[in-house]
Amino acid sequence: MNKENCPITVAFVGNPNCGKTTLFNAFTGAKLKVANWPGVTVERVEGETSYEGHPIRVIDTPGVYSLTSYTIEEIVTRKCIEEENIDVIINVVDASSMERNLYLTMQLLELKKPVILALNMMDIVEERGMEIDLHRLPEMLGHIPVVPVSARRRTGLDVLMHAVVHHYEEGPQGIVVRYAPQLETKIGQVEAALRNRYGNMDNLRWHAIKMLEYDEEVYKDHPLNLTGIVDYSYEKDIINEKYNYIEEVVAECLFNKEKQAAMTDRIDQFLTHPLWGIPIFLGIMALVFFLTFTVGDYLKGYFETGLEYFSEGFLAGLQAMGVSPWLISLLVDGIVAGVGGILTFLPNIFILFLALAFLEDSGYMARVAYVMNETMSRVGLSGKAFLPMLLGFGCTVPAVMATRALATERDRRRTILITPFMSCSARLPIYVLFAQMFFGKHALLVAYSLYLIGLLAAIGIAYVVHKIGGSQQEDGLLIELPEYKTPNARTVAIYVWEKVEDYLTKAGTTIFVASIVLWFVLNMGPGGIVEEVSQSFAAMIGRCLVPILKPAGLGSWQIGVALISGLSAKEVVVSSFSVLYGISNINSGAGMTELSHILSLQGFGPVNAYALMVFCLMYTPCVAAIGTIKRETKSLSWTGGMVLFQLAAAWIMAVIVFQVGSLIF
Amino acid sequence: MKLNEGEIGKNYVVTGVLAEKRVARRLEALGVNQQTPVIILNKKGSGSLIIKVRGTRLALGRQIAEGIAVKEAKK
Repeated sequence: MNKENCPITVAFVGNPNCGKTTLFNAFTGAKLKVANWPGVTVERVEGETSYEGHPIRVIDTPGVYSLTSYTIEEIVTRKCIEEENIDVIINVVDASSMERNLYLTMQLLELKKPVILALNMMDIVEERGMEIDLHRLPEMLGHIPVVPVSARRRTGLDVLMHAVVHHYEEGPQGIVVRYAPQLETKIGQVEAALRNRYGNMDNLRWHAIKMLEYDEEVYKDHPLNLTGIVDYSYEKDIINEKYNYIEEVVAECLFNKEKQAAMTDRIDQFLTHPLWGIPIFLGIMALVFFLTFTVGDYLKGYFETGLEYFSEGFLAGLQAMGVSPWLISLLVDGIVAGVGGILTFLPNIFILFLALAFLEDSGYMARVAYVMNETMSRVGLSGKAFLPMLLGFGCTVPAVMATRALATERDRRRTILITPFMSCSARLPIYVLFAQMFFGKHALLVAYSLYLIGLLAAIGIAYVVHKIGGSQQEDGLLIELPEYKTPNARTVAIYVWEKVEDYLTKAGTTIFVASIVLWFVLNMGPGGIVEEVSQSFAAMIGRCLVPILKPAGLGSWQIGVALISGLSAKEVVVSSFSVLYGISNINSGAGMTELSHILSLQGFGPVNAYALMVFCLMYTPCVAAIGTIKRETKSLSWTGGMVLFQLAAAWIMAVIVFQVGSLIF
Repeated sequence: MKLNEGEIGKNYVVTGVLAEKRVARRLEALGVNQQTPVIILNKKGSGSLIIKVRGTRLALGRQIAEGIAVKEAKK
């Protein structure tokens, strides 16, 4: 075999949150999302790298604690290791939590494939004053290569690939864990039965052990009658013996263990306090939004000036070139106003995601599951369901996908139902614009109130569904809390850049197209190009909605059009206002004054603005989110029902806000 | 006694995992086994708690904590 050209296939396997994805990114230069709780990587991901001329194919797998088949992650990872032609398994181990991580290692070693141990987070081990005996450790693990690496600091990476290139042709390690004599006898008997039935298999021992554990997948692939040999599940004994061996390993190889974990404990005394936990969480979120608005606004000025110069220069250039007026109108009033207006919100989006990345990478996010556990269990969900909801503050699409980490389909659907009520970043421009236009110095408070309304609506709806569904209260929270750490600049940068890129892409695609379509429906009517917008297709469509939206204080055809276009992406609500009213720089002081002036002439005041923001908060998420929900629930009727439900909820809430608000103010 | 009856800051030893089979296997894979020492780090009135076990922290809901039998560890 020509080993120079045939790629070596390497799989990264490890516990959730041990740094697999960070390591994978470091090798492939990919920018996959890293987050601090399980369930982020739910599918295997492939990349390529090379070392000393050897092409290497690397696969990132979902984080798992064991190779049983109880969760989606476990099944995906197992399938990947068994079915793909994996030459080498790189077992990524969080060195600062060896006892837990080595359990998976013990199972991988039984697979009879070459394993390399990548000891990650060695920097944290050193920071805590712990020491690992790197000589004794490989001896106790069947002489597999053990390579200390730091995915964060990007050290040890070459050594690891060196080990891959030189290790993959060697035979797999021998037997590491020897079980108690009676278990070993059983293993021998099952092995014999397997050999009788299926001939020689290369991982006979692993199959035998799995059969003693009553593992369904193994029985499915290799049906075997073992009556008389296996009379009950030996899983418990096997697990215990593995852990006993791990204890020996840790006792011999790890020194100064408990010395400095105290830091996390001290922080947790405050952040997960039984009483103060929730207020602290709400305070932290308030701080995030405060920063998003104030710092974002501070940076925004530069973008606006830039857009103004561009818009003016562009207009002048087009006129100088003698371009026809309708094309100028399309380019300047349609595209530049629509897309450019959205781009000026980039600083707010940037700060929001920077703050969320900090919270995630520091280790706080997983705590929120514990802090919110009681609240969530009262509405029939576990605290774990709160994590996708938190992701929803960023974008509904990944949030809906993250519900895969939940145990049952019922929990998933209920979480998917309420996740869109968490204000995603696309709704941010709407809040920024309308809160600043109509609420002046209270803008921040108004915007925060919308985030809270969304949160309360989500929990309230979950409660109602829970009561109707008549399910019992559940409190099955089971989640690992990572140690607190200083957020890693590279991880944060990748996370934020990815989001900014998404936002720019969206501005360049969805919002670009929506702006063009909008310009056309505004300038065309049944009789061709119209002089007066009120005769356009858009006005005709919008007017149909006026009677419905009137009780919510949103009874103008322009708002109807903006809300419909908002289905493509919620930012489009804002760019629609730019295009509808021909405002070139909607996010600037002048643009806002102009728009609020036009709107107030129509009798649109602060109460209307609040009703509009509530409607935008609650009504059906964008097409991308709906598509994701359809894919994840695999049910068109359920997704359709959800869309109708959200439209109804938005309408009812907006009507209540407007009617009650009009009475008071 | 059950784990959720324990006190913050005290050391316990697991005497049995009695939870529903699925949960029990999961706990065992996470290293919560017979003879495993645990420390309760944090606890709420409703019974959910944070424990330290085998070098890492786990947050457990009341239902799961009830399924873990423990006894106080000898000093």
